[in-house]
Amino acid sequence: MSQPPLSDAARAGHSPFAGEKARALIPQARLAGPMPWVLAIMVALTVLAAGAGLSLGNLAGDARSELSGGVTVQILDADPRSRAEQAQAAQAVLQGMDMVAQSRIVPQEELDRLIEPWLGNAGDAETVPVPALIDVRLGGKATPQAIEALADALAGTAPDARIDAQSSWLQPVFSALRSLQYLALALVLLLAVTSAAAVFLAARSALGNNRATIEIVHLLGGTDGQIAQLFQRAVLVDSILGGAAGLVLGLAAVLALGYQFAALDSGMIASAGLDWIDWIVIALIPVFGVLLAVATARFTVLAAVRKML
Amino acid sequence: MSGGDGEVAFFDNVGLRYGTGKEILTDISFSLWPGSFYFLTGASGAGKTSLLKLLYLAQRPSRGIIRMFGSDVITLPRSRLPGFRRRLGVVFQDFRLVDHLSAFDNVALPLRIAGVDESELVQPVSDMLEWVGLAHRAEARPETLSGGEKQRVAIARAVIGRPDMLLADEPTGNVDPDMALKLMRLFESLNRLGTTVIVATHDVHLLQNVRSSMIMRLDKGRLADPTGALRYPPRSPAAGKTPR
Repeated sequence: MSQPPLSDAARAGHSPFAGEKARALIPQARLAGPMPWVLAIMVALTVLAAGAGLSLGNLAGDARSELSGGVTVQILDADPRSRAEQAQAAQAVLQGMDMVAQSRIVPQEELDRLIEPWLGNAGDAETVPVPALIDVRLGGKATPQAIEALADALAGTAPDARIDAQSSWLQPVFSALRSLQYLALALVLLLAVTSAAAVFLAARSALGNNRATIEIVHLLGGTDGQIAQLFQRAVLVDSILGGAAGLVLGLAAVLALGYQFAALDSGMIASAGLDWIDWIVIALIPVFGVLLAVATARFTVLAAVRKML
Repeated sequence: MSGGDGEVAFFDNVGLRYGTGKEILTDISFSLWPGSFYFLTGASGAGKTSLLKLLYLAQRPSRGIIRMFGSDVITLPRSRLPGFRRRLGVVFQDFRLVDHLSAFDNVALPLRIAGVDESELVQPVSDMLEWVGLAHRAEARPETLSGGEKQRVAIARAVIGRPDMLLADEPTGNVDPDMALKLMRLFESLNRLGTTVIVATHDVHLLQNVRSSMIMRLDKGRLADPTGALRYPPRSPAAGKTPR
């Protein structure tokens, strides 16, 4: 037998083990497999949860800044005449104060409209004593010190005045919104963990299905990194497909819900829109999804391969 | 035993057991020299495959010292082992070809793993397939190859990277006597080029076909040295070569 045509090429090799030939080592199911679809659902749900969380944050932020300097002065006097006099006197005092940016006595018609849902339009100021209201906007925030200063100023002219920061009325609403935001954040984290778990299981399954091939590559001198890269590439493509599909699905759902809420024509809901920075955050979700999937696949494969000598 | 840097492999008092079972290999000590040809013989179950696993770094011993190419591979970090494996060519008893790759791609695999550019590996792989008489089967998948053809693909894959040491586990177990003889000639050709060859076989007829070969005989996990060659290797031009 003639001499074997041995090659020294392997000793001078410097190209990474990549490309079509490397991909061929681990057969891929692509869209026929569950991975892209699972990731698409996860990304879509994450986009939805993040969209909800961000719009709730905007809603709470807008409401809080709008109400931060708002104060309501109530004149709690059962006598309509005395009530009106105290209201006028209090209004005069308030308008003379530097800390007050704006104040107005809420007209009786507006008060009637406010209480109509509860008392109907049968009552009047005589039968149902409704406090006179003065809507006050402070130059700064309605801190307890500011409220106390107002109370001191009105003590002489309107002894029946009760002064409340408007934000304190909405405190339970803010608490509820904050809880919903935390819930949305928890959902996003939960979905991230679930996505990582799905990739972990898929990578483990792929490792099991390709164990013989991996052992051969390992015994032929393949490094842990090379073996991990074989799977990383597969997960990268799957997660890009899944992430893109999930983003489209999630955005469609967010936009549809946005139009539904916009149709309610409520002042509070109107401020729950998404800013451009929010859209960027949402657009980054599939990018993080891809990074998470690839990192999970890498660590899963490395952990498994390290059990070999 | 010297344990110096001249040997391709040096085993000192090596023992191997799986789990808490009894030792499969006991007190194995030997040196393998560059450019030598060894037969590893013994009855089935004597421990030949286990010893080869230690040599191709698929298994750590339970005790003892193993040096390969001058380095203690037991204490070596895992990350450095692939470099040593690339200096070895292994013909597995069950071939271990990748079923969904063609014969060409199976032979090219070690070169691709070693980072050889695609443009540089086509010619060597084609030449190697030609040399083992399988140029016409380059695109065939292993499932369509006969036992002998698979064996030759496995051998081509083992030697394509010009290994310093070739380990073959029962390489003639699946082929007829004529093919067995051809494979032995092939191993001899490699050996003449400086590759240390270790062939594990229980076929005693093979031993007569390679002159100047040395015999390592395993019996119930213990190594016998019937020719004394393991302790006192014959001085030959090949024995003086330094492993790459």
